[in-house]
Amino acid sequence: MRTQTIASLTMSLLCLALGAQAQDKPQSAGSKEALYSKSLAATCANCHGTNGKVVEGSSVTSLAGLDSNYIVAQMKAFKSGARPATVMHQISKGYNDAQIESLAAYFAAQKK
Amino acid sequence: MNTSLHSAAAAGFKRRAFLQSSAALSLLGLAGCASLSGTPSKAKVVVIGGGYGGATAAKYVRLLSDYKIDVVLIEPQDAFISCPISNLVLGGSKQMGDITTSYAGLSKNHGIKVVKDYASAVDTAKKTVTLAGGATIAYDKLVVSPGIELMFDSIDGLKQANASGQILQAWKAGAETVALRKQLQAMPDGGVYALTIPEAPYRCPPGPYERASVIAAYFKAAKPRSKVLILDANSDVTSKGPLFKKVWAEQYKGILEYRGQHKATAVDAKAGIIKFDVQDDVKANVLNVLPAMRAGTIAVQTGLNNQANNRWCGVNYLTFESTAAKDVHVLGDSIQIAPGMPKSGHMANNHGKVAAAAIVAQLSGLDVNPAPMLTNTCYSFVDPKNVIHVASVHEYVAAEKTFKTVAGSGGVSPGPTELEGVYALNWASNIWADTLV
Repeated sequence: MRTQTIASLTMSLLCLALGAQAQDKPQSAGSKEALYSKSLAATCANCHGTNGKVVEGSSVTSLAGLDSNYIVAQMKAFKSGARPATVMHQISKGYNDAQIESLAAYFAAQKK
Repeated sequence: MNTSLHSAAAAGFKRRAFLQSSAALSLLGLAGCASLSGTPSKAKVVVIGGGYGGATAAKYVRLLSDYKIDVVLIEPQDAFISCPISNLVLGGSKQMGDITTSYAGLSKNHGIKVVKDYASAVDTAKKTVTLAGGATIAYDKLVVSPGIELMFDSIDGLKQANASGQILQAWKAGAETVALRKQLQAMPDGGVYALTIPEAPYRCPPGPYERASVIAAYFKAAKPRSKVLILDANSDVTSKGPLFKKVWAEQYKGILEYRGQHKATAVDAKAGIIKFDVQDDVKANVLNVLPAMRAGTIAVQTGLNNQANNRWCGVNYLTFESTAAKDVHVLGDSIQIAPGMPKSGHMANNHGKVAAAAIVAQLSGLDVNPAPMLTNTCYSFVDPKNVIHVASVHEYVAAEKTFKTVAGSGGVSPGPTELEGVYALNWASNIWADTLV
């Protein structure tokens, strides 16, 4: 009885998961704009984690799910020197406004 | 099972990892839709080398294609051992386990077929890779990321001395890292550790200076009459020079000595002697000799090493496609670098992402990104806690068909801090996850 319950629970979880995975696939997967924006965001992933999610216990900020205006404002503050940093004041200056907007939109759309 | 399902669900378990586990597949009767054992005879993308470049390319081809493009990764090692942070193992503040990451994440989380074997030949006309184990895999796109080959023959006597374990390089982190640590521990107080550096370009420009610094810190604490001697073929420190020199003067006076323009030409392991092209011989207790480097063996065997007297591989920087062979992309330390581009793990990871995006675009009939970007951050420990960095951002300049550092970006630390020490270790754990998990 218990085994059956577990089995059916497992199956329904799997079906949920499969369904969710199917829905998850973005319609724009084939668009070049989506590809470019993802690969630009990937230049942040070395320190800020794949898709903006850092590993547990990391003191580097997770970018996933942050408000896009907040990300833009922080990048500008790093650039101007208004927000002090160890390295981000040097990295932020490598990205132009359009790139920062693209990064902010991408990370804001990621699940926390 | 019940408990583990609940706890997994509560922890927001990884859907793909669960789906691709063999248990889930057999439960659904889907065995066969993913290859879980054996070497496939073909794949859309085959990657040679599971280092910072190759493993990242493999993972990002999967991510950027929304898991539509199948990837086989060929790597002879059981697990990834990081060169960055490996100097701390030599200094004694980290262990091998701290710098080792399993390849299981690439297969479990991303459905990459990881084949533990050595790529022994590539046929760029037939588009196949032959493995040392005998199997042949056909590819649509090949990524070659074999790192560096150490040119032992460039220094007389070094090949034998290294093979016998007397003179180590430990520049490819692994068994030699452990062995060199043992040599340093066994060295008597009052002994000399000598590190030779080849002419640039070589893997990890600041790496030798970091190594010398953390070993000096170990000597200072454990055997203070000992000495670190840096014998550099270059005329001056090649990376973070003013920062390292300040640390050496302030923290390691009398322990660490730097000598430029010392190009090693021969070693006598038995006598503990290094010979140079011009300067006098040097005698030391522990000899750590880094010979000149070139593109990894398989890249050379495939004839991809068409630059700089056949030392490095030329690539089209927009896609990292080889200028010697179609549909072959070369990454990481093996390539002929663009201006200002270091041979670093961080940079190789970024090469992997640009190449992955280009490969996904090409296989999907899309235009390749005309403006790819790269970043680099190299942290160096000057002792077990304090760290300095050099950082840069690079943009593709279409008119010159190369990457250049973005004007005004990048720079170095003002000086070593413990805060950067924390960030350096965070950098490591995040890039290992970004590359391999």
